[in-house]
Amino acid sequence: MSLLEIRNLSVEFDTAAGPFRALAGVDYTIEAGEVLAIVGESGSGKSVAMLALMGLLPDTATVTADKMTFEDIDLRSLSAARRRKVIGKDIAMIFQEPIASLNPCFTVGFQLDEALKTHTSLDRRQRRDRVIELLTAVGIPEPERRVGAFPHQMSGGQCQRVMIAIATACNPKLLIADEPTTALDVTIQKQILDLLTGLQRDHGMGLIMITHDMGVVAETADRVVVQYQGRQMETADVLTLFENPSNPYTKALLSALPENATGDRLPTVADFARDYAKETQAGTEARP
Amino acid sequence: MSDAILKVRDLKRGYEIGGGLFSAPRLLHAVKGVSFDVERGTTLAVVGESGCGKSTLARMLTMIDAPTSGSIEIDGTPIDIARSGITREMRQAVQIVFQNPYGSLNPRQKIGAVLEEPLLLNTSMSAAERRDAALAMLAKVGLKPEHYGRYPHMFSGGQRQRVAIARAIMLRPRLLVLDEPVSALDLSVQAQILNLLADLQDEFGLTYVFISHDLSVVRYIADKVMVMYFGEAVEYGTRDEVFENPQHDYTRTLFAATPKADVASIRARLEKKKAAAG
Repeated sequence: MSLLEIRNLSVEFDTAAGPFRALAGVDYTIEAGEVLAIVGESGSGKSVAMLALMGLLPDTATVTADKMTFEDIDLRSLSAARRRKVIGKDIAMIFQEPIASLNPCFTVGFQLDEALKTHTSLDRRQRRDRVIELLTAVGIPEPERRVGAFPHQMSGGQCQRVMIAIATACNPKLLIADEPTTALDVTIQKQILDLLTGLQRDHGMGLIMITHDMGVVAETADRVVVQYQGRQMETADVLTLFENPSNPYTKALLSALPENATGDRLPTVADFARDYAKETQAGTEARP
Repeated sequence: MSDAILKVRDLKRGYEIGGGLFSAPRLLHAVKGVSFDVERGTTLAVVGESGCGKSTLARMLTMIDAPTSGSIEIDGTPIDIARSGITREMRQAVQIVFQNPYGSLNPRQKIGAVLEEPLLLNTSMSAAERRDAALAMLAKVGLKPEHYGRYPHMFSGGQRQRVAIARAIMLRPRLLVLDEPVSALDLSVQAQILNLLADLQDEFGLTYVFISHDLSVVRYIADKVMVMYFGEAVEYGTRDEVFENPQHDYTRTLFAATPKADVASIRARLEKKKAAAG
């Protein structure tokens, strides 16, 4: 049985200009201990899909799916109270802006403790030890002293480490990382990616990496889903995707990488987008 | 003889931080003596991580901030804003494009006004002339005439960056400082903006100082590369010298940290993983 299985997931937003379809029938499967990368540009629906899974979308969103199961739990019919038991414990998520996702009014130790208090039955002293242990595991120097630090006293990379510590506090089975390194320097990015893949390997977690950076995909993923404008373009294992991409969008994306540049100017995805718009236009017209 | 448009010698900038009624302030050296030349029509890339002083350098080159010591010479004219102030002509020589196109445009200003403002402040062109110049520039950066009367929120990130670039070259500067111009953009949009910059460089003979932390972009666009680390230029040379044969440990660390998206590295990683698992 797969760790997570999603079939035909669609998300529609009610907007002033009528319904807007952010995600049109995408499928994801992830096994325990696997790293899945979801790649796409802004507007490809990669974050929306994961927010739908976590139940974090606003009321204006309508989520439909044929199947959405985590282990044997059907996430579609889950009550809010039961969902809270799963989210944050078995499924955890980290976000792009580490400084914005921590609460500036509380110390990082408090925020870590909060996750443990909600989801475990440890007593105060055990929790305190676990907090220090987690901060050590994510590579924060002097954890005993840093538990009392506020987010603004830490750097962006350190805040992201704290976020990872919070997310992994209850040993989740699935960790979703939404652009975890986009706001960080390359050397810090390397450290965070190593930390994430290390934790993933040690705990046998499933890891979903949402990213627009093909380099990050190449460095971390086992399997890759490529999305464009809310549709799934291609699903392939990472080597096949880079060696032999079958989808025109994937090809366009890979050739837009500066390191793959051959001529004077870079090929852009715009040419693909024009054909694609024409094609989908024709598709909708053909369908009555 | 080299045609250096920008000559920087032993440039330093320190900031006084902290200090209260009874405690002495501390001097923080953001830039600790860098020297370089940029030839006309070429691109110098400045690479480094946050806090290495690359934005402080950009502020000094664009005359926003005065250096503590050292000299900047643009097209043979020494720049010393601390002593002699700044003239209109100097302002026109150097322009800057910032990283975040969402923050660098005034949300209450229409695109037309954004583009005309530098002309309004620095030239004596009439309103009609300014309008024509703005419309011509819109076409140059790949936008349409109907965008003239729109507000920044109606544009995508890539389009806004086009507007920011257009505004920067309205005054036909000799030197354009680009502070992480593509790091907030999607991959495909990044390619478009890099192409636009290359087109504009060809057309206007622009000289770029391109600040970035993305080595793949730098390798693509730069003629010369300078790597900064804690305020010092630890590596400076032509692109091929720096990329083929990095001298400083930090440069090597930086190269090692950059994700590699080629098939051979992926294969190596997967094999290592398999070996670790089995």
